[in-house]
Amino acid sequence: MGALIENSDLLWRAFTTTLWIAVAAGVLAFVWGVTLAAFRASPVAPLRTFATAYVTVVRNTPLTLIFLFMLNAAPQLFGLVVPLGVPMAILSMTLYTATFVCEAIRSGINSVGVGQAEAARSVGLTFVQTLSLVVLPQAFRSVIPPLINVYIAHIKNTSVAAGFATTELVAVANRLANGNPGDVVGIFAGVGLAFLVMTLPLSITAESFESKVAVAR
Amino acid sequence: MSEKQQVLYDVPGPKAIVRDKIYTVVFSVVILGGLAWFAIDAYQRGLFDDRWQVLWDGAKGFSGLEVWNRLLWDGLVLGTLKAVAIAVPIVAVLALVLTIARQAPSRWVKWPAYGFTHVFRGIPVLLIIYFGVIALNLKPLWAVVLGLVVYNTAVVAEILRAGIAALPRGQKEAGLSVGLSPLATMMRIQLPQAIRIMLPALISQIVVLLKDTSLGFIIGYVELLTVTKTLYNFFGNSYVVPLILAAAVIYITVNMAVSSLATWLEGRLRRARRQVTAGEQDDPLVAGTPAGQGPL
Repeated sequence: MGALIENSDLLWRAFTTTLWIAVAAGVLAFVWGVTLAAFRASPVAPLRTFATAYVTVVRNTPLTLIFLFMLNAAPQLFGLVVPLGVPMAILSMTLYTATFVCEAIRSGINSVGVGQAEAARSVGLTFVQTLSLVVLPQAFRSVIPPLINVYIAHIKNTSVAAGFATTELVAVANRLANGNPGDVVGIFAGVGLAFLVMTLPLSITAESFESKVAVAR
Repeated sequence: MSEKQQVLYDVPGPKAIVRDKIYTVVFSVVILGGLAWFAIDAYQRGLFDDRWQVLWDGAKGFSGLEVWNRLLWDGLVLGTLKAVAIAVPIVAVLALVLTIARQAPSRWVKWPAYGFTHVFRGIPVLLIIYFGVIALNLKPLWAVVLGLVVYNTAVVAEILRAGIAALPRGQKEAGLSVGLSPLATMMRIQLPQAIRIMLPALISQIVVLLKDTSLGFIIGYVELLTVTKTLYNFFGNSYVVPLILAAAVIYITVNMAVSSLATWLEGRLRRARRQVTAGEQDDPLVAGTPAGQGPL
């Protein structure tokens, strides 16, 4: 741990970098993921086809390959040059995590019984009312636990950026461990702890939420 | 797409049908237009030249067959799938042990197992892989396997726990009441059923594991991505796009094959369960069992 305390400012900067990538890409992925879910549920066939194709392709591609694509293929294919480092991490992770957000939301909406929407319509609620007063509040509780799991994976996935010239937590662990061979275990434990600070509250929330929902149903 | 998604909408009337048709045309034009724009843009940057021949004729003295041999054999089979094949059986054994430990009556066994699942679900696989390389001096293959095993053991144990929790309580009570020990009840009554219900989720986890092997690229383990990069570094910059797209297609094909296995199994299990339920209802002894008590 000694090496970590000596380099606490480096560690702190790495922690904020990881957090910034996770939050920025997380918010963007949520927006894009909800849009994709809306496309997949829409009555308009081309939007459904587009969203289904996008989700299938991106979800089955490793995140490392998406980074590599952004780095080496995108400039030639789209003429798109993304600055290496944090911007590339945010863009790649947004595109990747959005597919999982989309799937979590979609399965949540599907879990609401058919009769619920039918009942809402038959008492004369409009489409927006049906969605916002009846379907979404019920979908919410089955969406939250899987969505939290998506975001736990998302936070950990920021580590892939370490392989693409981003000084985030895992890159710093690697650098410090190579520089301080006597303190390797302490460095990895410390950086692991830094990740747990972000992920443990989420996984505990998901678990308690799940048991609450289980009682409610 | 499926009928379930249309639940959100009423059966369309004549106005809605017309409106949907207009939207369909408009968005088709927008999406196809976008694709065409990308294609023209790429064409103007000279992307559609002879570089794609690398995928069938090869380049620089390499035949197309040799290129695919590198990608599929050296990259996919001897790199990616090898790590998967080593990791999966180890994960299966350790996850079973961990699941049983989590249900143990003694807290000295239960709590460490609980801690392990929570801690290693929250730590990046890449951090564990680096730990293997730097602290344990492992070769790249074993570092990758270590990362995959530690993380996936925690996740699979969690999946199995959820499966056990989904079983009706009577299963465990029945096992105990016919005189089986708690361990035997777990091994012979609860786990086989939990594995059965959770089989689709377990197979989906293999896709996650397979995708995570690509982290080996970062530490220099020779797998599909490493081979791809070596190839385009050798052939030259203009071959980047065809080779990266080929690698992506390989990943997507393999993962979709695994996912479709999960879907197929899910359907099969559902059908099998329906038959079991139908059979049970003919039996006067269990005819009184309330419906919907079964797993899932």
